Amino acid sequence: MANVLVFTELHDGHVKPVTLEILGKLAGQTADVAVIGDVSAEQVALLAKNGAQNVHKLKGANLDKYSPEGYANALAEFIKSKNYDYVFGGATSMGKDLLPRLATKFDAGLASDVVNFVFEGGSFAGTRPLFAGKCLAKVELTGPKPHFISIRPNALGMTANPTAGAGTAADVNANAGTIRATIKEIIKAASTKVDLTEANIIVTGGRAMKNAENFKILNDMADVIGATVGASRAAVDSGFAPHAMQVGQTGKTVAPSLYIACGVSGAIQHLAGMRTSKVIVAINTDPDAPIFTKADYGIVGDLFTIVPIMTEEFKKLLGR
Amino acid sequence: MNIFVCVKQVPDTETKITPTSDGSFIETASIKWIMNPYDEFAVEQALLIKQANPAANVSVVRVGSVKDTEALRTAMAMGADDAFLVEAADNLDSYSIAKALKGAIEKSGKKPDLVLAGKQAIDDDALQVPQILAEMMNLPSVSVIVGFELNGTTVKAKREVEGGALEVYEVATPCVFATNKGLNTPRYASLPGIMKAKKKPMVQLSLADVGVSDADRRVKYSQFRLPPEKPAGKKFDATDAAKQKEIVAQVVGLLRTEAKII
Repeated sequence: MANVLVFTELHDGHVKPVTLEILGKLAGQTADVAVIGDVSAEQVALLAKNGAQNVHKLKGANLDKYSPEGYANALAEFIKSKNYDYVFGGATSMGKDLLPRLATKFDAGLASDVVNFVFEGGSFAGTRPLFAGKCLAKVELTGPKPHFISIRPNALGMTANPTAGAGTAADVNANAGTIRATIKEIIKAASTKVDLTEANIIVTGGRAMKNAENFKILNDMADVIGATVGASRAAVDSGFAPHAMQVGQTGKTVAPSLYIACGVSGAIQHLAGMRTSKVIVAINTDPDAPIFTKADYGIVGDLFTIVPIMTEEFKKLLGR
Repeated sequence: MNIFVCVKQVPDTETKITPTSDGSFIETASIKWIMNPYDEFAVEQALLIKQANPAANVSVVRVGSVKDTEALRTAMAMGADDAFLVEAADNLDSYSIAKALKGAIEKSGKKPDLVLAGKQAIDDDALQVPQILAEMMNLPSVSVIVGFELNGTTVKAKREVEGGALEVYEVATPCVFATNKGLNTPRYASLPGIMKAKKKPMVQLSLADVGVSDADRRVKYSQFRLPPEKPAGKKFDATDAAKQKEIVAQVVGLLRTEAKII
């Protein structure tokens, strides 16, 4: 049985869903959770329900907001005081920034953006996409321990009936050390929706959207079904949407439950970034558009008439 | 001022990937190699800094196979001054690459003020090398930057996080930055630039020269394979305006009854 630590970040006081996905998948191993700052009893209970044995709350000066150095220093000191074989975290903005630094403090390896894993004879064996999902490979770690793994949000899924852990919460005195790169300001995004990489539903517009204003019809649908809006590279390069919204090989790789592609032709680099979505709906005027080869439900038609009708149908279905 | 830009050479985004028959990597024989798109923003940023500080020297560093030197020649054609190429397989892991980059920077004999690299390479998509390199060099770093302002020895950098929010960092040089799309608009190499690049110095090093061995591998890949194909889906013709409402209602219904997703 492996001794595992799961680092979770907090979003408005809530642990990120990817943490629960990881904990559920770690059934059979001993899993602790580390969080920086305070976390409510209710959130600790949620972690325990999903299998957390101990919840370590790292507290100290200069840890009130994220910094790559402060978080890496504090976690490294804590991990050195324990005996973990593996450290897991979400492949989120923070995880991608923090975990490589943290792993290197142990001269250890990090398997990033893993979408599935097992323990083979006590050793981690994962699967991860490469070339933006154009192929998959088995990933294993070697060298000094602990070994580090980041997990892509939405990939593992939640475990239906997780084995509960003790969920013993305790404060840990943590030390942020020297922070050279400091955050002076945070500029909020215009949108308050969850990021594309963590979204459960995504509505994407392609070149056929024609301009930025037309994205309003996608936003209207997204509001009804709780989706995040994305864009193809063609739409971003044409200036219809910012790069933060781009799905594909030079944008974000996404795996939502539902992906609705509107006026997206389906270039190879776009398909690579969204093909692992569970259900794909495509709307396009061209019946031969490559996007239809990946779509579970394809609608040949003009998005400017189809999307508003679909929004109304969703409203009816959801009683909104 | 010494600026180092780390670049990787990757298959063009339109490349169809084919795993080798033994699954150890991908077929590379017929691939068109390009400079990793995110690295272009790093090269451009270095050149913008050089424009404002003509005494600055821009070195590009790459770890990878030597059969094609497209990425380094492109960077020098854009305006970089010199290049360092560490010969290695194209499937090295992030830890080994970062260690080799560090070794090559040390071999240059120049003390780095700024190290720039793309936030990720679009082959292994690991998003690790800049942060590992910063840690190995004991330098601060800011990743996924979309804004960069240098004043003397202080950099104000904007890092993009979830949903497009920005963290504004202030950090003193030397430091490492990982660049994202949106930071700048990379220039095209001019014809005179391409001609000049041929005469610019390119130092070739081995992994042993930069202190990297097989023992530095931390991540092992095997069983490269294509993802499973989805079974064909259902396609509906909604080009007839009279049937649109009915068809859309049917699809939305299927999302609940069949796909059980809404």
